[in-house]
Amino acid sequence: MRTLKFLLRKEFKQIFRNKALLPMLFVVPIMQLLILPLAADYEVKNINITIVDQDHSAYSQKLISKIMASGYFRLASYATGFNDAFDDVENDRSDLILEIPQGFERNLIRENEQQLYMAVNAINGVKANLGGTYLNRIIADYNADVRLEWVQMSKFNRLPTIEIVSSNWFNPTMNYRFYMVPGILALLVTMIGAYMCALNIVKEKEKGTIEQINVTPIKKYQFILGKLIPFWVIGIVVFTMGLFGIGWLVYGIAPIGSLLLLYAYLSVYLIAVLGLGLLISTYAETQQQAMSIAFFFMMIFILMSGLFTSIDGMPEWAYIMTKFSPITYFIEVMRMIVLKGSAFSDIKSHFLIMVGFAVSLNGWAIYNYKKTS
Amino acid sequence: MKNVVLNNISKTYDNGMVQAVSDVSFHVNQGELFGLIGPDGAGKTSIFRILTTLLLPDGGSASVNGLDVVENYKTIRKNVGYMPGKFSLYQDLTVQENLNFFATIFNTSVKENYDLIKDIYVQLEPFKDRRAGKLSGGMKQKLALCCALIHRPTVLFLDEPTTGVDVVSRKEFWDMLKRLKQQGITILVSTPYMDEATLCERIALIQTGSIMSIDTPENIITQFPENLFAVRSDNMGNLLHDLKKAKIIKSCNAFGAYHHVTFRDVSPEVKEKLIRVLEEKKHTNIELKPVTPTIEDCFIYLMEK
Repeated sequence: MRTLKFLLRKEFKQIFRNKALLPMLFVVPIMQLLILPLAADYEVKNINITIVDQDHSAYSQKLISKIMASGYFRLASYATGFNDAFDDVENDRSDLILEIPQGFERNLIRENEQQLYMAVNAINGVKANLGGTYLNRIIADYNADVRLEWVQMSKFNRLPTIEIVSSNWFNPTMNYRFYMVPGILALLVTMIGAYMCALNIVKEKEKGTIEQINVTPIKKYQFILGKLIPFWVIGIVVFTMGLFGIGWLVYGIAPIGSLLLLYAYLSVYLIAVLGLGLLISTYAETQQQAMSIAFFFMMIFILMSGLFTSIDGMPEWAYIMTKFSPITYFIEVMRMIVLKGSAFSDIKSHFLIMVGFAVSLNGWAIYNYKKTS
Repeated sequence: MKNVVLNNISKTYDNGMVQAVSDVSFHVNQGELFGLIGPDGAGKTSIFRILTTLLLPDGGSASVNGLDVVENYKTIRKNVGYMPGKFSLYQDLTVQENLNFFATIFNTSVKENYDLIKDIYVQLEPFKDRRAGKLSGGMKQKLALCCALIHRPTVLFLDEPTTGVDVVSRKEFWDMLKRLKQQGITILVSTPYMDEATLCERIALIQTGSIMSIDTPENIITQFPENLFAVRSDNMGNLLHDLKKAKIIKSCNAFGAYHHVTFRDVSPEVKEKLIRVLEEKKHTNIELKPVTPTIEDCFIYLMEK
């Protein structure tokens, strides 16, 4: 125990003396938590639209003002014909073209039916998709308005219609930050755990200090614990800062579920992630190698974690792969506890899986860590 | 008593492609200052790493304090001090912190063994709050030696402790080793500097993984079988070239201000013959005198044999 105490003291001294590492550990996560949720905004505003109005009637004006009033669109220009409008798309000034044909008003009244033409620039998939959907909804709405004006509704509808009214649970205002911030926080804790732990051990290899340590009676478990505990503590501190300092104070996200449960899960999760770092360090000889390996895994884990994209929408093989990423579970648990208030019984399987990750990653790393070569 | 014993130790790297150590056997007696002398890449560090239980040998057996390096590595680690060739202390910890740290992990304290390191530590004392990475080369070596000694080891392994250290610090370092030897510590030291060989009690000359000769430096020198001469003239570059071409010369090596040569036959008149040959080649101020061989001469002789 005395040896371990000294190892820990040494480790903390080194961490706090490292002028580059400290800001990395504490300032960077906070900055990222402040900036990243803004970047990961799924709400698309400012969709540029070019309108080709060949009718110039009261009805077409009404439609246009309805579109502009929605707040999602920004009028790029009025074009005289489709070709002009297409120039706008080609020069990236416009994302959408709406063409209102000649005789729009007349035909609508006379024949009760009219067609509009919509062209979407699909280079930016998300923007195109959402823009198209928004515009469709606005036009449908407009359509309903027109009907209301012309068709005298009978008291009871002759045709049965189904109206769907949805309500958003756990995040009633659909504030994407509620969804993103816990996820990003999970990600940051992972990065700190895996990167810092791996780099720290590999640094000892690179500098040769591990050689000197290996010729001492320090036991394998003492050395490994001496490396894991400091980063485990730092992980928890950073998480706490992120959850309360940024999540609560800045974004107003108060965890609904039990904090104890959240921290219990975090503790197990950190052990698993540190195990990954440890494992990387047993294979890497230099910090550069460790960085590259860690980066490779992080990229896959991040993109497949369900942070930015929904896991359920992935193809079967990708869905199976996400099950092998510990981040997936933590992000899920974060959202469940923080937003939904899930209890232990809800995340029992997540807990078991994470214990499995912790045991297997650390076991593999310890097996692979040798004091002799 | 033999403190360190090696029996036919072999080690290869890259799946047997590189033979680092081949069939090395020697022993070091208790309280002896034993030198492993050889150029870079001779296998010195591999032998040290095997003896300090950091590397598993491919063949043969070795023991330290009578304990096998493979089976009893845990006990060995408690009782040996190792100073790797590369400075391996924590550069971001201070002198004092490094020393305390290594004392603690050996379950002892600086105070307990202060008498052993006192001579060395007094020189470090003024810098005790300086980070190890900011020390000068000589100071780093002294600190590394202190850290290797802090648990009062019975055997001390010093891998090239004087490489990259200035002449004054080197001399000081060897004086320190002599004092440690008087305390009964067995010291195994490696060095690529041949002039340091005579400071050891016994030496092993090692080249490309095999031992060429093991003896006291004096014996190795007396065993030099030829008469050695030193030659110089005004144009040393051409002289070496001409000596190498001369038929009566057996070997010729540049050696400081002189070139060391041996002759093919031992008749007394070869000296005059050589001077005549050199004068024909327009050399001036020719000087030729017999010299006692140094370890370096012996090493080159053994290497070429």
